Amino acid sequence: MKQYSDLEYLRLSKGQKFTYKLTSFFTAIPRGIGHFFANIGLYIKKGVTGVGSELKDIGSTFVNGDWKTKTSFVVMGFGNLARGQILRGLLFLFFEVVFIAYMIFGGAHWMSMVPSLGKVGPSNEYDPVLDIYTTVYNDNSFKILLYGVLTIFFIVAFIYTWRVNVRQNKIMEQILRSGKKLKADKDDLRSMVDENFHATLLALPMTGILVFTVMPIVFMILVAFTNYDGSHNGYSNNLFTWVGLDNFNTLFSWTGGAGGGQSYSATFGEILAWTLIWAFLATFTNYFLGMFVAMMINKKGIHLKKVWRTVLVMTIAIPQFISLLYVSKMFARNGLINLSLMDLGWIKQPLPFWEDATWARVTVVLINIWIGIPHLMLITTGILMNIPADLYESARIDGANAWQQYRKITLPYMLFITGPYLLTSFTGNMNNFNVIYLLTGGAPTNPAASGAAGSVGYTDLLITWLFKITTGADSQYYLASVVGIMVFVVVAFISLVVYNVLPSIKNEEDYQ
Amino acid sequence: MNQKRHMGLKALNRASNTAIYILLIIISVVWLIPFVFILLQSFRVESTYQVGYVIPHQWGWQNYINLWNSDFKRWYLNTFIIALASAVLVTVIQLCMSYTLSRFRFKLRGPLMRFMLILGMFPGMLTMIILYRVLSDLGLTQANAVPGLILVGVASSGMGYYVSKGFFDTIPKSLDEAARVDGATRFQVLYKIILPLSKPIVIYTILTAFMGPWGDYVFARYVAMGTSAGYNVAVGMYSWLTNDQIARMYTTFCAGGVIVAVPVTILFLCLQKYYVEGVTGGAVKG
Repeated sequence: MKQYSDLEYLRLSKGQKFTYKLTSFFTAIPRGIGHFFANIGLYIKKGVTGVGSELKDIGSTFVNGDWKTKTSFVVMGFGNLARGQILRGLLFLFFEVVFIAYMIFGGAHWMSMVPSLGKVGPSNEYDPVLDIYTTVYNDNSFKILLYGVLTIFFIVAFIYTWRVNVRQNKIMEQILRSGKKLKADKDDLRSMVDENFHATLLALPMTGILVFTVMPIVFMILVAFTNYDGSHNGYSNNLFTWVGLDNFNTLFSWTGGAGGGQSYSATFGEILAWTLIWAFLATFTNYFLGMFVAMMINKKGIHLKKVWRTVLVMTIAIPQFISLLYVSKMFARNGLINLSLMDLGWIKQPLPFWEDATWARVTVVLINIWIGIPHLMLITTGILMNIPADLYESARIDGANAWQQYRKITLPYMLFITGPYLLTSFTGNMNNFNVIYLLTGGAPTNPAASGAAGSVGYTDLLITWLFKITTGADSQYYLASVVGIMVFVVVAFISLVVYNVLPSIKNEEDYQ
Repeated sequence: MNQKRHMGLKALNRASNTAIYILLIIISVVWLIPFVFILLQSFRVESTYQVGYVIPHQWGWQNYINLWNSDFKRWYLNTFIIALASAVLVTVIQLCMSYTLSRFRFKLRGPLMRFMLILGMFPGMLTMIILYRVLSDLGLTQANAVPGLILVGVASSGMGYYVSKGFFDTIPKSLDEAARVDGATRFQVLYKIILPLSKPIVIYTILTAFMGPWGDYVFARYVAMGTSAGYNVAVGMYSWLTNDQIARMYTTFCAGGVIVAVPVTILFLCLQKYYVEGVTGGAVKG
C-alpha cells in the first residue's frame, strides 16, 4: 500500500482519508504479526550467540584464572572468601550448600519422576495386624509436577548464580591486576541502599510474583498437556499423566460432545464471539457515555459540579458484589422490577431479563454501564480539563459548533491520551468475571452446548466458562487450562496488533 | 442584529443548560436509587422475600438482629482483617515495585516490565487450582482461609504497579538528581524527597488495597470451600441469595449490604480527593 506523507494526506478528500485510515489499520495487522515472528527469530538468534559467548568467557576465565578462581568453579564463593569479600563469599557458598542438599534430599527424586508423573497409584492392601484392607497412597502426580517445576526453577537459579560467581572472579582478578582495591563488605552493604537500591526494593515483590504467579502459571500450562481432572487427581483415585496435544484436539474437534450436544469447538467459538462482542460493547459504551457525563458536568455555567461528581463517585465506594447481586435480583423473574410493573398492571407476564438470551445480554451491558460510568467520568474529567482552552476558543471564532469541536478537538485528544487505557480496559472486560458471574452466572443456559463441560450459558465469557469447568462435576482441569491458554493467545494477539497501531504507547520516555 | 444573535445564543445556552440539569438529575437518581432501595428494604419486617414495593409497610430492626445472630460477624471480621493486612502489605509492595520501575534504569528493567505485561495476559483464575492445593497443603484453607487469602493476595500484588508508576513518573527527575549531587544515597532520596511528595498516591494505594478484599469473591470462595468460618462477606452473603435461601434471607442480605457499605463509603468519601488524584494522575498513563 502507498504510504502518504502528512502533506499528501491532508490533500486527500474525506472519503480517501477514511479508506486510507482503514487500509492502514488492516495492513498494520499482518505487519504486527510479522514483527512478532521476526522478533521471536531475533531473540532466538540473540540467545544462541549469547550462550556461545558466555561459554567462551567461562572457558577463558578458567584457563587464565589463578588457583582461587579455578577452585571457585567447584566451591562457589571461594574466590570471594580467599580475597577478603567474606559476605559475598558466604552467600555464594550458602546457596550452593542449600542447592546440593535440596537436590539430594528430594529435587533429584522429583525430577526423575517428571517424565512419568508417577508410576504406582493408590492401592488396597491387606493389613494383617488389624485384619482390614486399607488404602495405601503411593506416588502423587500433583506433587511430582509441582516439585518438578520448583526444581527446574531452582536449577535455573543455580546456573545463573554459578555464572555470576565465575564472572565475579574474573572481575576481581582484573581489579587486583590493575592495582586497585576490592570492595569491602561495608561497601556492599551500603550499595544495597544506594546504587543497588533497585535490587533491594524489588527483591520482595519479585519473589512473591515468582512463587505465586509465575510458578502457578507454568504449572497450569503444563497441566494442559496432561489428563488431570476430578477422576485423575493424581493422588487418591488415579494418577494423571502426559497426554501430549490431546486436550487441544478435544477443544478444536468438530465432532459432538459426550452429551450429544454440539462440539467443543462450536461452543468455544460461540463463547469467544460473545466475549469479544461484550468486551467491545462494555468498553466503548462506558467510554463514550462516561466522557459525555464528564463533559456535561464540566460545562461552563453548570453549578454544583462537586455534588454531581460526589454522587457518582460514591457508587464506586460500595463493594461491587453488593450492587451487582442486588441489581441482579432486582431484575429477576420475581424481582422488584417485574413485581412492581405487574402490580401497576403495565405488564401481564414478567419480563425475561435473565431468561432470554438477547434480553440477558442487553441487560448485562446496560448494568455494566451503570457500574462503569463513574470510573470513566473520573478518568476523563481530568484529561478533559487538560485540553488547552485556546483550541476551543479559536475553533469558536472560526464558527465551529459544539459537535464539530467535539469531533475535531476533544475526541482526537482523548483517544490519543487514553489509547493505552482503552486497550487494558478491553482486555480487562474480556476477563470481567465479577460482572458476568454475579449478575447472571452465565444464564440463560445454552441447551446446544450441554455436551461441553460445565453448564454453558448465553452470557458466559471464556473466563466464567473456565471457572465452571474447574468447579463443575468432572473438574476437567486440563480443559480449563487449555481454555486459559486460549484466552492468553487471544488477549496477546489483540494487544500486539493494537500496540503496533497506537502511537501513544510506543515511546514510554516521551511521556515522562 | 448582532445583539439579537447574541440573545439567541444566550437562550440556546440556557436551554442546553436546563437540559443538562435535567439529565444530571436523572443520572443521579438512577445511580443512587438501588442503594436507597437496599437501605429501605433492610428495615422491612413484614416479609423476608422480594416484593413489588419499596417502602416497608412495617419498619423494624429485625433484619439487623438476624444479622447479629448469624455467621455474619465472623465473615465481617475475616474481611476486615484481610483488608487491614493488605492495606499495609500491598501498599508496601506496590510502592516498592512502581517506584523502582519508574525511577531506576537498570539492565533488566525493560525485560522485566515486558515479562509482567505478558504474565498479566494469563487469566489469573487459572492459577486458583494450584494455589488452592498449595494452600491446603499448608493448612491455610477452609477455616484458616484468612491467612491464606492474605498471603496470595499480597504475594501477587506487585503486578498492579501501573497506576502508582504513572504517578511517580510525573515527579520531576531533576529533584532526585539534585539530591544525588548533594551526596544523598538512593534510599535517602526516596525517604526524604519522594515520599513526602507522594502522599496522594500512598493514600490512593492504601485505599484501593483496603477496599479490594471487600469485593473479593471467586478465590475467597474457592479457598473457603464451603466452611462458613472461612468466608468473607462476599462469599457469605452470596450464599444468602441462592435459590433455596433467598426467600428467607433477602432482607437480611440488604441489612448486611448496608453494614458493609456504610463504613467503606464513609472512608472513601473522606479520602475521595486522593482517590480522584490517583485515578486521574496515574491510571491513564499506565
